[in-house]
Amino acid sequence: MTDTTGTGGLIFKEALLWEKSREGRCAVSIPTRDVPVAALDPEFVADAPELPQLGEFDVVRHYTRLSQWNFGLDSGMYPLGSCTMKYNPKINDVQAARPGFAGAHPMIDDELSQGALELLYNMEQYLAEITGMAATTLQPAAGAHGELTGMLVIHAWHEKKGHQRSKIIIPDTAHGTNPASASLCGYESVNIKSGPEGILTPEAVAAVMDEETAGIMITNPNTLGLFEENLREIADIVHAKGGLVYGDGANLNAIMGIVKPADLGIDIIHFNLHKTFSTPHGGGGPGSGPISVVNELEPFLPVPRVIKTDRGYQLVHNSPDSIGRMLTFHGHFGIIVRAYAYIRSMGAKGLTDVSKYAVLNANYIKAGLKDDLHLPYDRPCMHECVFTDKNQVDTDITTLDMAKRIMDYGFHPPTIYFPLVVHGAIMIEPTETESKQTLDQFIAAFKAVVKEAEETPELLKKAPHLPKVSRLDEVTAARKPILRG
Amino acid sequence: MRYLPHTPQDIAQMLQQTGHDSLDDLFATIPEKFKINGKLELPEPLTEWELNAHMDELSSTMCAFPKNKIFLGAGSYPHYIPSVIPSLISRSEFTTAYTPYQPEISQGTLQGIYEFQTMITELLGTEVATASHYDCGTALAEALLIALRKKKKLNKVAVSSLVHPHHRQMINTYFAPAGFKMVEIPMSADGTTDLTAVAAMDDIAAVAVQSPNFLGCIEDLAGVKAVADSKNALFITSFTEGLAWGLLKNPGSFGADIVAGEGQSFGIAQSFGGPGLGILTARKKYVRDLPGRLVGRTRDRNNEEGFVLTLSTREQHIRREKASSNICSNNGLNALIAAMYLATVGKIGIREMAQINHDKASFLRDQLVDAGFEVAFERPFFNEFALKAPRGFGVKRQELKKKGILAGLSLECYYPALKNHYLFCATEVFSRQDIETLAKEVKHD
Amino acid sequence: MKEINELNLPENIKYSKDHEWAAMEGDMVTVGINDYAQDQLGEVVFVEMPQVGDTFDEGEEFGTVESVKAVSELYCPISGEVVAINEELEDAPELVNNDPYQGGWIMKLKTENPSEMDALMDKAAYLEMLKG
Repeated sequence: MTDTTGTGGLIFKEALLWEKSREGRCAVSIPTRDVPVAALDPEFVADAPELPQLGEFDVVRHYTRLSQWNFGLDSGMYPLGSCTMKYNPKINDVQAARPGFAGAHPMIDDELSQGALELLYNMEQYLAEITGMAATTLQPAAGAHGELTGMLVIHAWHEKKGHQRSKIIIPDTAHGTNPASASLCGYESVNIKSGPEGILTPEAVAAVMDEETAGIMITNPNTLGLFEENLREIADIVHAKGGLVYGDGANLNAIMGIVKPADLGIDIIHFNLHKTFSTPHGGGGPGSGPISVVNELEPFLPVPRVIKTDRGYQLVHNSPDSIGRMLTFHGHFGIIVRAYAYIRSMGAKGLTDVSKYAVLNANYIKAGLKDDLHLPYDRPCMHECVFTDKNQVDTDITTLDMAKRIMDYGFHPPTIYFPLVVHGAIMIEPTETESKQTLDQFIAAFKAVVKEAEETPELLKKAPHLPKVSRLDEVTAARKPILRG
Repeated sequence: MRYLPHTPQDIAQMLQQTGHDSLDDLFATIPEKFKINGKLELPEPLTEWELNAHMDELSSTMCAFPKNKIFLGAGSYPHYIPSVIPSLISRSEFTTAYTPYQPEISQGTLQGIYEFQTMITELLGTEVATASHYDCGTALAEALLIALRKKKKLNKVAVSSLVHPHHRQMINTYFAPAGFKMVEIPMSADGTTDLTAVAAMDDIAAVAVQSPNFLGCIEDLAGVKAVADSKNALFITSFTEGLAWGLLKNPGSFGADIVAGEGQSFGIAQSFGGPGLGILTARKKYVRDLPGRLVGRTRDRNNEEGFVLTLSTREQHIRREKASSNICSNNGLNALIAAMYLATVGKIGIREMAQINHDKASFLRDQLVDAGFEVAFERPFFNEFALKAPRGFGVKRQELKKKGILAGLSLECYYPALKNHYLFCATEVFSRQDIETLAKEVKHD
Repeated sequence: MKEINELNLPENIKYSKDHEWAAMEGDMVTVGINDYAQDQLGEVVFVEMPQVGDTFDEGEEFGTVESVKAVSELYCPISGEVVAINEELEDAPELVNNDPYQGGWIMKLKTENPSEMDALMDKAAYLEMLKG
């Protein structure tokens, strides 16, 4: 094990906040009271809530220690498949923190928020251009929220046409959010299987597409990292029966600047700004999940809409066919600002290069590991590649064991056990911001783990060894949940 | 481009290894006829310094706190953000991590969220809280959907007309395809929800109010509980100003089943409305009905205490179409900010902060009444309230905008009966002088 | 996971194609999941049970069993009305794993169609089905 980044460093212990609490401490600078006390009727007043009592330095040390127990993208390579963990440029955070943006109230008059409205308007145009669509809404809060918005648009479109439909086609490789979003709209999911080459066949879609089916939800490239080569033909089949094609844009990072989803027959697509457009994932969110649509669907987008007029930018609240409102205000503006800064920094060539290098990096990993790990679909991959633990079956070592062991080498594990159609899946998405040198280290580390699986399997079964905690008892956590202190 | 580390030599070596002749060759599985001919039409790339200049120009056109005095809440509140918060939350171990699916190397996020869940239930008097939702509106819509799932045979909920108008709009949007109905409960003369109107409503799965409500008035939560019980409906409350719970009796103490709230006031920048923080918390019996992630405490193989995501079988990645919701990414980093804020203010600070908010708002109201405004509702409020403006205020309000002062929100477009009524808010960030200046400017002559 | 020949499948009860078991005494039928099902699921963390008084048709979903990473629907092997549920499972869902036929029973039904039992499999037929 040479030239790897994982070592056992000094790890601090840190108690829970309330265990550190001491009566009488307070870490906030109390604002000056320059007005009289106005006593509220005691009928409405309670005792102060039992929050912890800490000094400012207690708080600082607490969260600094907690942060050190986290593996972040800035700590090391984070090749989570379908999550596009690319570098999050620091300059983007600077833009979101500008006082004019950070202190902006969302309900003030349009003429007082021209800068924000101009940014939103232009961002909508950029995303539409990237996907070849006609219009965009930035309101959805995350990818799944974008899916729901898209499903509501599809529902409203069918409603307007006078015949509501009951089903939606979803391939077996789809993210779990797809069927969940569809069922929130009352659509029954019709699952179809990918063909033997890991992509959908027109025949499979034609066999189930009928005039009771609202459309299809399709991820391209799919979660096996493969380009859906028959997508245009599939879209034609769906359109011919009066359905719509929803594109899950989670994997847009592979095709930006190479192909426009609208040209493949997609009618609606969502973006994950926290994937493709470099905004930090924040340990779970907030993300941002705009959707872009073809011309015919624009009237159904949520309100308010931003328009450009002779008198500047305005919010339009009336739109008779709109599905309504998805979020209290204008979307996750602070995230949208970061993604806007990214697009403005990259330009057209930069974004196209992103896709090229993302695909190059994934193919390089695939080539580097295919002698060690089983490759269920040995086809040209896009931005991610999917292996399995089939070669390790004789050693009793599983995908989980290898994933846990790779942590000791200083890497975040890949996505595991997804997509569900691949048994023991190991889904690696390196992204374009990792250098050849880092990829070489990762490949060498994974090879070492595969070797250990044969020679010292105990090491893997008990892995990881270096993080603050070892494998946790998830069974007891679920059987007897302790959800608060 | 500085984010792309590939040198020509790297590319050549890598292509050799993958067996491709060129970068374009990597895309051979894409039919040629669909490939973009030419390039995307986007502005030319900016350098770091050009980008800064451009963004400075855009952001400086904004009327924003603290440069401007914006006497407006309505779901987004100006508050001081202690310096420790931006400093700590910008640690990239927090910001650049993904969802903590690998608990061994995510204990920071996990313990932080566990502490968040704990402090939120303490603040609201509930028993379980999720790791966050997008915002109050989406959390409220999900809370109502829980009620409809619990009461399978019903398809209606009763929601106060004094719930934030945007939230009601969102509920209608969420409900439309499933055929669920929201019946609005009218307001009474004192600025609270007219609970007597609920008596005539049958087959409702939930009764939902916002407190303090959109007009700033504190609702009669004991009354709501009684009415919900009489209808065998779930008692759901929401709130947009979380600091109120430093002073007021919390919804849990009135027996609320589910509470949906906005956590923006807890150290999160207003940021033109997002990202905020959806809080979703409930009594324990609803734990398996809640959408989104939960963090639980457990032990590792060496018997060390640690934290994991738990009860995830409710979620979409396992349950797919049968999941309790489609939510995946949440607003976790903002939940961590809220936890930092609550830890920073603590028991002492939250009480002081809440009392000062009420003091400033009361002072503002008194000053405006002296300036010729009329109290619209006698009902107690926290830090925002509605007033009827004297004649000529509309014009003065327009003029004040030029001075960088925003004097309240016109309520007429939300409640046509409230002609010439405005919603005002004051928090700890306004000085006595700010308030007196506003009162002087708008004084009816 | 267990090999087929390692499974504990008592002789005196009946099996459904969905891996539930049913044992009849008079017009009362006790229902649970069998050794194969509990082994496939792994450690059970929660059993969602019906309520006393609910009625189910044969083949209808009556609850779910959850492990940490999977959920399985439970399908009623025989029609009837629920007269009892195993409340011990609320605190000790692991009984489904450790003792699937005794302590891990899920519900008791009163059936009006005892003849539906005849359509279920005995051990030999069930084993045949598993071997496929």
